[in-house]
Amino acid sequence: MRQVYLDHASRTPLLPEVRQAMEPYLSFEAGNPSSLHRFGRKSAQALDEAREKVAFLLGAGREEVIFTSCGTEANNFAIKGIAAANEKRGKHLIISSVEHFSVLYAARRLERQGYRVTRLPVDRFGGVDPKKLIEAIAADTVLISVMHANGEVGTIQSIREMAHIAREHGILFHTDAVSACGTIPIDVDELAVDALTLAADQFYGPVGAAALYLRKGTKILPFLDGGGQEEGRRSGTENLPAIVGMGKAAEIARSKMEERIGHLSTLRDRLMEGLLSGEGVTLNGHPTQRLPGHVSVSVSDVEGEALLLSLDMNGIFVGSGSACNSKAMKNSHVLQAMGIPERVARGTVVLSLGIDHQEEDITYVLEVFPEVVARLRKLGTHNTVQQGVRVTK
Amino acid sequence: MKIPIYLDNMSTTRVDPRVVEEMLPYFSEEYGNAASRNHPYGWKAEQKVDEARARIAKLINADPKEVIFTSGGTESCNLAIKGVCEIYREKGDHLIVGSTEHRAVMDATRRLERSGFRVTTLPVDGKGIADLEALKKEITDKTILISLMFANHEIGTLHPVAEIGKLAKEKGVLFFCDAAAAQGYVPIDVEAMGIDILALSAHKIYGPKGTGALYVRKKNPRVRLAPIIDGGGAERGMRSGTLNVPAIVGFGKACELVLSEMEREGERLWKLNEKLRKDFEASLDYVHLNGHPTQRVPNILNMSFEYVEGESILMGIHDIAVSSGSACTTATLEPSYVLIALGLGVELAHTSIRFSLGRFNTEEEVDFTIKRVVETITRLREMSPLYEMAKEGIDLKGVSWKKV
Repeated sequence: MRQVYLDHASRTPLLPEVRQAMEPYLSFEAGNPSSLHRFGRKSAQALDEAREKVAFLLGAGREEVIFTSCGTEANNFAIKGIAAANEKRGKHLIISSVEHFSVLYAARRLERQGYRVTRLPVDRFGGVDPKKLIEAIAADTVLISVMHANGEVGTIQSIREMAHIAREHGILFHTDAVSACGTIPIDVDELAVDALTLAADQFYGPVGAAALYLRKGTKILPFLDGGGQEEGRRSGTENLPAIVGMGKAAEIARSKMEERIGHLSTLRDRLMEGLLSGEGVTLNGHPTQRLPGHVSVSVSDVEGEALLLSLDMNGIFVGSGSACNSKAMKNSHVLQAMGIPERVARGTVVLSLGIDHQEEDITYVLEVFPEVVARLRKLGTHNTVQQGVRVTK
Repeated sequence: MKIPIYLDNMSTTRVDPRVVEEMLPYFSEEYGNAASRNHPYGWKAEQKVDEARARIAKLINADPKEVIFTSGGTESCNLAIKGVCEIYREKGDHLIVGSTEHRAVMDATRRLERSGFRVTTLPVDGKGIADLEALKKEITDKTILISLMFANHEIGTLHPVAEIGKLAKEKGVLFFCDAAAAQGYVPIDVEAMGIDILALSAHKIYGPKGTGALYVRKKNPRVRLAPIIDGGGAERGMRSGTLNVPAIVGFGKACELVLSEMEREGERLWKLNEKLRKDFEASLDYVHLNGHPTQRVPNILNMSFEYVEGESILMGIHDIAVSSGSACTTATLEPSYVLIALGLGVELAHTSIRFSLGRFNTEEEVDFTIKRVVETITRLREMSPLYEMAKEGIDLKGVSWKKV
């Protein structure tokens, strides 16, 4: 049976070249980059090189890249760290209502500490209207955080426009670019963002390495205190193999970006068109302003979980919205914010393509998908689930 | 024997090949071709993470559910200290912290001090052992946390952890213990020792960098922590974020290995350690052991070589990697605060070297090290007027230095 992994939005596989670059640091290079001896110096050099590659991907300076352990950490760092360091400027925060949990919950924590948080609504495509942002800005707004692209529905926000609005008002702007960075071109200066989150496992790098871009001169409260690594802003022994892998993945992502985008969007368009030609299948997210390999669809009269498992039995592995969400089985806050009725949202699956996919993979999916949907509708799983019976394997 | 020789295992260790082997599949095969299984790939990963959790729990005699994964020892220490303080603030605003704790603990408590907590720094004796009588006196009804490490990372001295745990229980204060320097080298039993929160790090025990753990007691008492990394879920709500599965798998394996080899390896390392010390003492004068002669982890030897600068020794023995202080503080050339806490003067502290042995060190390497260190110290001292004066019996403390 053909097997098609269509869950690149939750994480991408590691490229062999990246793995190869990591391996020496995983096994026989022992040094701690903070040590003065030659083992340490060698590690420090590898760390520098990786930092340069990541900076190059973003059009940033080396000293503007702070490595963290994952995107969630970087988002927490940005939101809490920038808010705390700039407290004197005010205690109002603006985020969007479709942010990743790490931003939503970090903001909620600040709320408990006395901050006001405005959550911007989105339109039916999941986009934030920059006019709404202007309306939300108050005299004490200290930070705005709007994600670059949404991992659940694929919509790309008008970050450039919103960041410029923030700049005109003298407000710091952070964007969670975990789903976008390494996939579509990002230049921090052109976007005019002050802080940006990226994660290696979204562009064919390893888990365990992510970064926060922080514009030079932007004040932030150190997140993890201790040994003073990362210019004292994020202490802790660096995860060198993963960081080296992130550097390599960033280098490849930058050099192959156009080629990858071309390939992915061609396949995506065909997949999208094929899926949407089915009865009762609707697209979630913006039809054109979307990530190149990303398709989110809601299928009427079908339970998303049942669809996911049935596709799985046919060798097709799709996502059920946000990766962090999949266990909770709660309704997606993103779809809810877009105004998608719950009965429609229940039938949602996310198909996110990867660079290794070929036309035949799409052909296979387009062949299996309608069959599975038809079978499920016939079985009436949707009704079963609605009556409280869980579909399990 | 391969040159250079690595004797800096307290900074970080080489990952054991057996650990690497167990990790490698989780970098690519298990994920890239997640397609190779008939169920969502996350389930298999979860199984492996649980297995690692159980292995880690076994090393410290905990329940697997009490183990939370973090990105490393520094995050574990930050989470323990800041997490407790945020939750228990209403109960009290006072912490007691050892004066020789790791930087992560020191700096995290300093941060809390700035937000209104009171911090008492507990002195240690000349061998680095916490003063229990002083601890008893410092505890008040506002004390919410005692933070004392299991073993010190620079001098290896072991605190009387079980006694501290007992005292903490009696007084109803939480006890956090940073075990990054002790894990795998001495037995740890969170139940018998009355530890409420314990920090672990993988890369100090031949596991990978990028992962650590925090033991958080679930009953008697049930300890609560406010997360520092929010995201609404994972790790009992105390730490959100993507789990670093390959590193966690490696961490589990590393724990299993250190546990099964602890006794034999401990004896071997202690023999090598004693050999280093005895040979230095036999071949050189004006050398001092820093730390406790016996209440110490078997792999750390910290010695001061009077009248020579630690940095000159490092350069002199450049084919042996050692540390002149904690890895994290070497970039600044301040004397180690740990040695100062023992009562060493600044000058003596600057002449100190930490040798930290590990699984991959051999007796041959130790012999080579002894020879090279003795040669280097002898040569450096030949150039030292201070050493010459000391030899002539001049009391250097009585000399008044004049600027010219």
